[in-house]
Amino acid sequence: MSIFEYNGSALVAMVGKNCFAIASDRRLGVNLQTVATDFQRIFKIHDKLYIGLSGLATDAQTMYQRLVFRHKLYQLREERDMKPQTFASLVSALLYEKRFGPYFCQPVIAGLGDDDVPFICTMDCLGAKELAKDFVVSGTASESLYGACESMYKPNMEPEELFETISQALLSSVDRDCLSGWGGHVLLVTPTEVQERTLKGRMD
Amino acid sequence: MGDSQYSFSLTTFSPTGKLVQIEHALTAVGSGQTSLGIKAANGVVIATEKKLPSILVDETSVQKIQLMTTNIGVVYSGMGPDSRVLVRKSRKQAQQYFRLYKEPIPVTQLVRETAAVMQEFTQSGGVRPFGVSLLVAGYDDNGPQLYQVDPSGSYFSWKASAMGKNVSNAKTFLEKRYTDDMELDDAVHTAILTLKEGFQGQISGKNIEIGIVGADRKFRYYIEAVAYVLWLN
Repeated sequence: MSIFEYNGSALVAMVGKNCFAIASDRRLGVNLQTVATDFQRIFKIHDKLYIGLSGLATDAQTMYQRLVFRHKLYQLREERDMKPQTFASLVSALLYEKRFGPYFCQPVIAGLGDDDVPFICTMDCLGAKELAKDFVVSGTASESLYGACESMYKPNMEPEELFETISQALLSSVDRDCLSGWGGHVLLVTPTEVQERTLKGRMD
Repeated sequence: MGDSQYSFSLTTFSPTGKLVQIEHALTAVGSGQTSLGIKAANGVVIATEKKLPSILVDETSVQKIQLMTTNIGVVYSGMGPDSRVLVRKSRKQAQQYFRLYKEPIPVTQLVRETAAVMQEFTQSGGVRPFGVSLLVAGYDDNGPQLYQVDPSGSYFSWKASAMGKNVSNAKTFLEKRYTDDMELDDAVHTAILTLKEGFQGQISGKNIEIGIVGADRKFRYYIEAVAYVLWLN
């Protein structure tokens, strides 16, 4: 098994109308043994910026700690929050610093920029950015997620519909992947509020 | 005074609590050619005298106002070579910021980093402070900004300021003439008039330099500000 499949993960982010949703599974495994069913993969950077990290769990946690550190310093120096695009560039630079001994994680970044325009992107473990207008996926279930999102996604969905769509896409994809699942965690972010919900799926 | 015994070592405080080397650096600045800056409602203008040592010098090759980034420019009073070193370091810092964040560096951040460099040279062994004060003019998301950075590393935001010879007359003139809602064209006019006040000899397009940045965020400098000065006269 590859190092990226050691812990198992599934992450997806989707763009709606003036909102975005980011969702992950909740399983933490050690090869095929499930060790936790409430593992957090999506982290808040600031009120309008979230990052999900798939891949090796220890690298995901360390990356998150480094990013929070950099963002807090940025906030203190510049007296403002980082824009999502700026944050994505920072993540890419930090990952590339370890070009010859990388962090084994693939981030999914989702945020609301200036004027509350949603922004999503993903990158590989070396920092190659991939911007998208509709959805981005990452993790061991990524192939199923690509298929599910491609068929279920519509542009300009309202928050409630976006929530339904991303939940269905996530649950159906993790059911086809033995290394991810055990429920889901969805965050729906609009300019005025953040809704956090836990999904109950097949608990296997 | 007791101070003079401490004036040769940068890294030793005098009993009056001063670093006398920095005071001397400020004196070097104070005897440099006058430069000034004015922040208008929609842009910033910086200007300086350009007195050349002889008529044989090719004035088109001398450039005192320089770009730090496409939207931030700088002028100095004091030792020219020192300012070149600072501009070089600041340009590099601005590009490093861009490389990391893919976003142009805010004026305040660039000023802060330049000031940090200047401060480093007041607390290291074997170096001397920079003999320049810089006036940094830029336009970014926070609008037009004008900062002065001193050899000690302290920086101040100004609505209008002057440095170098004749600084007190120039500042008095600016105080009288400055208004908060000044437009950029008025500011340029006032800047040239202020330079003219303390100018020894005849002011002309060839012995002043002007740098302007407006809402288009493109810093432009005019080594031969002929048109403006002709219009002024």
